[in-house]
Amino acid sequence: MELKPGSRWKSAVCDTEVVVVRPPKMPVSLECGGHPMVAHAAAKPEDLEMSSDHAAGSQMGKRFADEDSGIEVLCSKGGAGSLAIDGQALGAKDAKKLPASD
Amino acid sequence: MHTTLLLDMAADAVPDRLALGRRGDGLTFAELQRRARAGAVALDAVGGETVAFIGLNGPTMAVAIFASGLLGKPFAPLNYRLSDADLGKLLARTAPSVAVVDDDMLGRLRAHPGVEVMSRSAFDAACLVASDMELPYVEPDIGVLLFTSGTTGEPKAAILRHSNLTSYVISTVEFLGSDEDEAALVSVPPYHIAGISAVLTGVYGGRRIVHLEAFTPEAWVEEATAERITHAMVVPTMLGRILDILEARGAGLPHLKALSYGGGRMPQPVIERALRELPHVDFVNAYGLTETSSTVAVLGPDDHREAISSPDEAVRKRLGSVGRPLPTLELEIRGPDGEVLPAGQSGEIYVRGEQVSGEYTHKKVVQDDGWFATNDGGWMDEAGYLFVEGRLDDVIVRGGENISPGEIEDVLREHPNVADVAVLGLPDDEWGERVAAAVVAKDGMPSAGDLADWVKARLRSTKTPDVWSFRDALPYNDTGKLLRRQLRVEMGRDGETSSAT
Repeated sequence: MELKPGSRWKSAVCDTEVVVVRPPKMPVSLECGGHPMVAHAAAKPEDLEMSSDHAAGSQMGKRFADEDSGIEVLCSKGGAGSLAIDGQALGAKDAKKLPASD
Repeated sequence: MHTTLLLDMAADAVPDRLALGRRGDGLTFAELQRRARAGAVALDAVGGETVAFIGLNGPTMAVAIFASGLLGKPFAPLNYRLSDADLGKLLARTAPSVAVVDDDMLGRLRAHPGVEVMSRSAFDAACLVASDMELPYVEPDIGVLLFTSGTTGEPKAAILRHSNLTSYVISTVEFLGSDEDEAALVSVPPYHIAGISAVLTGVYGGRRIVHLEAFTPEAWVEEATAERITHAMVVPTMLGRILDILEARGAGLPHLKALSYGGGRMPQPVIERALRELPHVDFVNAYGLTETSSTVAVLGPDDHREAISSPDEAVRKRLGSVGRPLPTLELEIRGPDGEVLPAGQSGEIYVRGEQVSGEYTHKKVVQDDGWFATNDGGWMDEAGYLFVEGRLDDVIVRGGENISPGEIEDVLREHPNVADVAVLGLPDDEWGERVAAAVVAKDGMPSAGDLADWVKARLRSTKTPDVWSFRDALPYNDTGKLLRRQLRVEMGRDGETSSAT
């Protein structure tokens, strides 16, 4: 999967959608609910079931990052599955809330 | 990432929350999304590759930003306060384009090849038409074209890509981080970067945006009160005038939680007065440029409170700084040969980060390694607070010495008889340039000799203006930028200036 900045992906097994904020430095598999995510415009594969190990849910508006690969994604739609890179759960980034300046 | 995704997310999560306008008749996020889609269909039918916008602030402008984004066409808001001839020149530069124009401004424009005009009322009506038409997905590219104010020459068209703008938004604002009762009052015009970024950050943060069509301090105070405004951004010239109205009316701003300011140098006496008179408000000084998608450094509320109450001179001085760079970007001070300067030394401010575009339509000024030279002079203190000295073009070079006008202006503003002041260089046969000051007096007329002594005692003689001009007011543009070029021309031919030496 080519995880270009700005590219959008959806879960194969739930409603989760993400947009890539920062691309990975190496090829990785971006997964949700235990299965590789699919390109936003592509059809979802059928007959897949969510893995119970990856069912903690994803929350809209949260950013997720993986230190090793450098990938960062923004969850643009929440869902029941949780996000992972190569099987490793992705941690939500703490929002550094800045004082409103606009 | 596409700016329209910011709206889609908010409309998905809180469709019924008010996004724009007054409490009584505002637009919800779902309605904003619907109108943006219908607006995109209407604009697409007219054609053109850019969407120009000539008009006042308001919901229409926000709808047009997202409608343009959906089409993958740059949104190019133009400065309607320019003369008809200059406005026409900018409009011609947007061709091939469709221009959404306020109905009462249509008469100011003549036809330009490749520019189709759509009145604001026609656009508003089209945005209400329900449409099932599927818009094809367009790869995000240029989101906004902003013509710089051109206070020093022909306006340049700065390019802000969707990636720059969204990077700025998601790295500085928490998605739906605002409470439902929060509302921001936006009084900067559509063609100012802060007017654009306010729409994007407001939508993503879930904060209602109330537009003030044209700034007057009276209208600002009335709108802020009536709409229970909690957040607002002003340019420095606005703040003093707002404080005057509050004082004259004996009024407060009980709902206001945070007030940010930027877009020019804030006179220290004004911000000190604001902190005294509005102690419940969080003040934020934001420094940014069009080419950086808005803010790159902030002086936050705690910085303000610490500075105003500190016995430490260095900490007090930070009230005159723009705070520290955002954690998501890099900032350096560099010398004339490009070397990075240590704390305390003045040079040019460079920034690098995803929100930095540094691109114009005619050239890319960002370096290959991503660093953008801001053309602003400045320095950082030991704790990383950034002090901006002003445009490098404005630096006065007197006998080989670089003199920053801002430093002299700050000193003069502390004088009890100075209401406003601008310092600039005038041509001089002996020194190359000499230091000149234009002063607006208050509470009595100071003498040039007094003012010269005041500066000499606090700075040094080479920084003491040789030429003094007393005036009723200084020339500013509508977004609070001093028109130095105009002032320089006026003072250059002004025989009435008095010499102090």
